[in-house]
Amino acid sequence: MIFNIPFIAVAALILIGLYAVIFKRNLIKMVIGITLIESGVNLFLITLGYREGSIAPIYTSSPGGIMALPVPQALTLTSIVIGVAVLALMLSLVIHIYRHYGTLDVRKIGGPEE
Amino acid sequence: MNVADLIALLLQHSPALIVAVPLLGAFITPLISRLNDKVRNVFVILTLGLTASLVFLLASDVFTGNIHTYIFGSQDLALPVVRILFEVDAMSAFMAIISVILSLVAVIYSWSFMKENTGLDKYYTLILLMTAGMLGMELTGDLFNFFVFLEITSISSAALVAFWTNKAKSVEAGFKYIVISTIGALFILFSIALFYGQYNALNMAMIASAIQYTFLDKIALVLLIAALAMKAGVVPMHMWLPDAYGKAPSSVTLILVGATQASLYGVFRVCFTIYGGAINLTPISVGWILVILGIITMLLGVAMAIIQTDFKRLIAFGAVAEIGYILLGIGTGLVVMLNPEMTATGLAAMKGGIFHIMNDALDVGLLFLVAGAIYYATKETSLNKLGGLARNMKYTTVFFIIGLLAISGMPPMNGFASKLLIYESTYQLNPILSIIAILSSIMLLAVFVKVFHAAFLGPALPKFENVKEVPKSMLIAMGTIATIIIIFGLFPELIINNIVEPAANALVNYGDYIREVIPSFAGGV
Amino acid sequence: MFTLESLLETFQTGSGFWNPIIWVVAILVAFLIAVILRGFGNKEYKKNTGQTQAFLSGNPEYEKEQMHIKSSNIYWGFTESLKWVFDSLKKMHTGNVSDYALWFVIVMAILFVVLIVGENLVGAI
Repeated sequence: MIFNIPFIAVAALILIGLYAVIFKRNLIKMVIGITLIESGVNLFLITLGYREGSIAPIYTSSPGGIMALPVPQALTLTSIVIGVAVLALMLSLVIHIYRHYGTLDVRKIGGPEE
Repeated sequence: MNVADLIALLLQHSPALIVAVPLLGAFITPLISRLNDKVRNVFVILTLGLTASLVFLLASDVFTGNIHTYIFGSQDLALPVVRILFEVDAMSAFMAIISVILSLVAVIYSWSFMKENTGLDKYYTLILLMTAGMLGMELTGDLFNFFVFLEITSISSAALVAFWTNKAKSVEAGFKYIVISTIGALFILFSIALFYGQYNALNMAMIASAIQYTFLDKIALVLLIAALAMKAGVVPMHMWLPDAYGKAPSSVTLILVGATQASLYGVFRVCFTIYGGAINLTPISVGWILVILGIITMLLGVAMAIIQTDFKRLIAFGAVAEIGYILLGIGTGLVVMLNPEMTATGLAAMKGGIFHIMNDALDVGLLFLVAGAIYYATKETSLNKLGGLARNMKYTTVFFIIGLLAISGMPPMNGFASKLLIYESTYQLNPILSIIAILSSIMLLAVFVKVFHAAFLGPALPKFENVKEVPKSMLIAMGTIATIIIIFGLFPELIINNIVEPAANALVNYGDYIREVIPSFAGGV
Repeated sequence: MFTLESLLETFQTGSGFWNPIIWVVAILVAFLIAVILRGFGNKEYKKNTGQTQAFLSGNPEYEKEQMHIKSSNIYWGFTESLKWVFDSLKKMHTGNVSDYALWFVIVMAILFVVLIVGENLVGAI
């Protein structure tokens, strides 16, 4: 692969995601940050299964040559499905938080207990 | 077919059934809920009762020394990764017993506790899903499968924490919990990818047999320990825990204790089994990291508990402190694992730590149930507004005293037996550790004596004149846990010999776990 | 597995032992002695008379709400003298989920330094 670009992209996605979760104040932006981390991890899984010049791993109608590893793709699919569930739950909680507090600023909804 | 054959068949398929029964039950619950509320409650209790009996059946066989494997997918072990493997050793069975007891008690407790709420079909569905997730985490022998079950547990428990959506703080706690869990889980997935890239395997035993402790393995270890420790509520990553424990309904908090400990089980599985052969190659022991984390967790947990004024939040910080004891005990075991002069000490520390997992779940769980009972009776959680409740709620008071004595390690309760083992073994490693452990225990006692005085003693307050004892189902739930606590306290030798020691041996002799899948593996004897 | 003798076994911890049954018997004996001693007490107590009123050195009794020592007043001296500790601990618990994530990253960084950088340093020595 050219200069390991996918791996650099993985690192960049995860770091940008962490940055968004830690430093962004808007809850929606934090949720986007988490989705970015997830995309980074998914890209990492897919990249691990890729072999240069490989084709899709369909055994029954393979023209020969190297095939990409199918397992990481299965893992990624599972991870994407889980990600969608988490995203939906987080956004629905954000809606509830907005209804209660009237704001999405993480500093205003938090605050130390009692 | 006679009964013996049937039991043998059930035993053979029990690892799959233990997860399948609550999972299927979860999706049938909304349908049954359309019939009648009582029928649904009975159905959920029966489902969990069936799961519990399967767990006990499996555990009774596993504790004699057998390791059970259950293969989903290709039976041909020569083909890599085209299957999911469940592998149950004594440690998994031990954790499964804890989870299933907590879920069962929580469902019995919910019968009256959640009665006035709407949306209970979803509530029970989520509880069953969460139980299936926890049991799956504990029984699986596949790392990716572990991640999937971890996410099932996280999603359902976050929804349950935020179940009282009319309360702003509950929703907020649920959001915090899901954010923290997801970040942790994604880093776990990242380290799973690191393993897969190097060893072309997802099975824990296969990875453990091939592990080289390369640079990437070290990164994976850091990510796994940090993420799982965060999910287990280890200081300083514990802050989500008091929020979630404090704001969730009490019955949910009880199961959350089990979910936290399932993550803790993940830490031990990673350190002992996956890195079992490699962990001793390091000059800086991972065991010491666990010990230091445990000490910090203990001290900060009790210190924060002293200044809390909210009942459940206070108990939650007590629960954080208890996690510290478990880490201290098992970390000590990991430190001295390879030192032949201290093998007995190490095993005693492991036994103490593992026994304390069970004791922590029961003690903290009982206290949360009492806090829930008080909330149910008075609609009040702030300790500053409570007082004189012992006059109205006799049984609840007795249960609180039992929980108080147990959590602060007072003889003759169960907490004393496990803490004694931890004190003695850590003293041989380093006396300062056991001094700190005893000190935090004393502070825990002080914290809960304060709660006892504030909530139960004092003059009869006029506003609580009409407070009555809580309904029977809640008393039964609390009574069950209290009885188990007393039995464990009176007969610790019995419990340790039959349940705890096999679990400790299963963690120490990680070679057996690996040989069950890869018979040619030679290490870890 | 479950024999009667196994219930009475003393629990050996490696360097010590612990038998809860003996402890329970000791507690029961102590309780019995306490009950016997209590029997020697004055029997002139009468219900529903002035004897049951609270006596506070002759001071008037306040309302029940005010007489109860609240939870935040217990250990007041302890928390007051260690105020700097508890204040800094309270400051740590911001209740802000971003900070929780930040702590996770910090712990990960510390573990990374200890396990990987520290190890190479020890190896170099």
